[in-house]
Amino acid sequence: MTQDSNTENTNERSHGIDISSLQRSDNNLRLEDEKVALKVEDLRLSYGEKEALHGINMTIPQNRVTAFIGPSGCGKSTLLRCFNRMNDLVDGVNIQGKVLLEGSDIYDREVEVADLRRRVGMVFQKPNPFPKSIYENVAYGLRIQGINSKRVLDETVEWSLKSAALWDEVKDRLNDSALGLSGGQQQRLVIARTVAVKPEVLLLDEPASALDPLSTLKIEELIHQLKDDYTIVIVTHNMQQAARVSDYTAFMYMGDLIEFGNTDQLFTNPEKKQTEDYITGRYG
Amino acid sequence: MRVSVKKWFKNGDPWVWFNAGAVAISMVMVFGLLWLIASRGLVHFWAHDVMQAEVTAKNGDRYTIIGELVETVEVSADQLRDAGYSIPEDLEHLDRNLMKIGNRDISGTDFRWILARDFSNITYPEDIIVMERREWGNFYGYLNEVIENDQVVAEGDQAWPALQERLDRALDIYSQIHDIEKSDIGSINAGIERLRLQQRKLELEDRLTSQALADIEAERAALNAEYDGLQGRLIELYGLINRDKVRVQSMDGTQITVDLAKIVHAFQPNAMSIGDKIVFYIAKLYEFISDEPREANTEGGIFPAIFGTVLMVIIMSIIVTPFGVIAAVYLREYAHQGTMTRIIRIAVNNLAGVPSIVYGVFGLGFFIYFVGSGVDKAFFPEALPSPTFGTGGLLWASITLAILTLPVVIVATEEGLSRIPRSIREGSLALGATKAETLWRVILPMASPAMMTGVILAIARAAGEVAPLMLVGVVKLAPSLPLDGNYPYLHLDQKFMHLGFHIYDVGFQSPNVEAARPLVYATSFLLVAVIALLNLSAVAIRNRLREKYKALEM
Repeated sequence: MTQDSNTENTNERSHGIDISSLQRSDNNLRLEDEKVALKVEDLRLSYGEKEALHGINMTIPQNRVTAFIGPSGCGKSTLLRCFNRMNDLVDGVNIQGKVLLEGSDIYDREVEVADLRRRVGMVFQKPNPFPKSIYENVAYGLRIQGINSKRVLDETVEWSLKSAALWDEVKDRLNDSALGLSGGQQQRLVIARTVAVKPEVLLLDEPASALDPLSTLKIEELIHQLKDDYTIVIVTHNMQQAARVSDYTAFMYMGDLIEFGNTDQLFTNPEKKQTEDYITGRYG
Repeated sequence: MRVSVKKWFKNGDPWVWFNAGAVAISMVMVFGLLWLIASRGLVHFWAHDVMQAEVTAKNGDRYTIIGELVETVEVSADQLRDAGYSIPEDLEHLDRNLMKIGNRDISGTDFRWILARDFSNITYPEDIIVMERREWGNFYGYLNEVIENDQVVAEGDQAWPALQERLDRALDIYSQIHDIEKSDIGSINAGIERLRLQQRKLELEDRLTSQALADIEAERAALNAEYDGLQGRLIELYGLINRDKVRVQSMDGTQITVDLAKIVHAFQPNAMSIGDKIVFYIAKLYEFISDEPREANTEGGIFPAIFGTVLMVIIMSIIVTPFGVIAAVYLREYAHQGTMTRIIRIAVNNLAGVPSIVYGVFGLGFFIYFVGSGVDKAFFPEALPSPTFGTGGLLWASITLAILTLPVVIVATEEGLSRIPRSIREGSLALGATKAETLWRVILPMASPAMMTGVILAIARAAGEVAPLMLVGVVKLAPSLPLDGNYPYLHLDQKFMHLGFHIYDVGFQSPNVEAARPLVYATSFLLVAVIALLNLSAVAIRNRLREKYKALEM
């Protein structure tokens, strides 16, 4: 991380990060007007006897950033992991209800989980690059799909790394191990890796919680840029972050969706008492 | 005072000392072991000075003795009195020397114990020669004359240089004869045997047409002609090598004639400088590592045993690694983690504790008698009744040891798989990889250092194992190496030699215990060295893999 700050500190200081660019330009977005990327219908999830999600209904708007906030254990990560069926990997999990991606249920028997995960990419809390070169990390998803043409791979790697704002930092050492990158760079590499398979939806599970403030800022900036091409769902602990990066915010509590709406509105004028208590720091 | 002792215990210092002491004792034991086998074994190849002395026998007779002083031990006087020696009353212990006197063909024994007090007039004459012979062991004595075709050609001072010159020639011819007999005639024999089997096979299948028979006969005739040619060459070479002889005189004045063809080394140890001796030592050591054994394994080298050991370990690793890894992957990644899996895991762990001889019995009963004889019936009916795979051999020995070491590989691989962070798996799955793709592309490479650890442990265990091998294919003396230039090059059905068994054989089955003893140490040292070398190469591979796939700091 030091090398990250060394190279960019001066840069950031002199120009300053344009915080205003991170602010949503349009404050008057309305959920009703948005195109729907994901539709969740009465989604219930239980681990053994314990129910973790009690019937969630919501729509995730297309090409917008939707943030899930709420106290630890409220089920926001669990809900996120339902969108690409990551919860299938957990033993003894039972899921009912529907999640519709472009109108078809992703929990349908016919659905190939691998195909679904290609369409709904995910970035995790801790950077998890593979112990391979930077190039191979980004090319991984393509190689899985059987794409081995050098030209296609080269193009995609470059494009993906540029999308993740990492290209300039790593273009001269694409064949070095990805483990040599700083934490922030690794997380952007993971985003590049996810973007490389051209998903429709990007799920970010607390992507910046393991990073230093500067790297966090870079990730937020990146989310802002990626919004044009992807539907982004982000889980965060950090309410300032939710306020900074998202268009819509969902507040969850104890496995229920309490309130969901325009971010500005939710933070400035929440409808529910619980939401207000949480965002004003009364609990959580 | 009491308080301070208590305090001393409390601050943990005693435990540090205790631990350091344990480590120190372990180190002392390891290095002590290595030092013992190295010093006892490696000293054997040194050209020791040869002593000439007068000895007074029990009955007062005096005779001359020539030989190397091997060791001196203390014996109790009582024991000697019982044996009929007259020992003064006040003595309790006497020194007794073990002399290597060689000349087994003359005196019947090449070692003799003599009381140190009976020696007198000890000298080290420079013209004493030692001859290492292919038969009868060493000769110690004096060179009288060199004979060519029954004519004396050199005697006195000229004899020694003449001997050296002619010995070089004889050794050169000998190596030519050896080459022809071993490789050329060996491959002709292999060819003739192959033709015999081919003919027998056609007979059995009722396809032996006159045309096929004629072809086989033609090939056989060609091989026989080649054999006759080589035979002629051999007769010629034998004629050449038998030209020279030496007449030598032993300590008791007996004169014997020795063919130069029967001599491996001839040297005058007392006349050699330190430099000469070092050169001689290195040559002897190299010979030990690179030559075949002679004289019931008590002389010569142990190359076939080294070769057999290494080859068997390599084949064992090739068999055990995929099996162990596949089993571990199934147990850890695919099997439902329930009672059944736990039972299997316990069973696998317990397999590692089964005594190795039991595996030998299993190998003999299952692989050799059951699988081997089945294979023979199905694939090698033409060779029956002599068994091909229905007897102990390299393949069965390797497989038996592979089973023996399988638990180690499984446990180590499982350990490695369980250490790979969940986030890496999820990362791969989230990119649309299936479980199998994730395993193949990410998990297995990352677990490869752990697999190598398993293989290292397997090698360490397998290379040192002797007991099961005695049942499944190791022999005292194998006529040829299991890897040679004759089709099919790697002879998995052949019996082979092994360093561990060699130690046992030389140490306990040898007709000449004193001569064999240093070889036991030397072979042990070599076995340790071979295992260390195999291990170090595996460790080097593992470290490279570790560097490549070093896990994330989690």
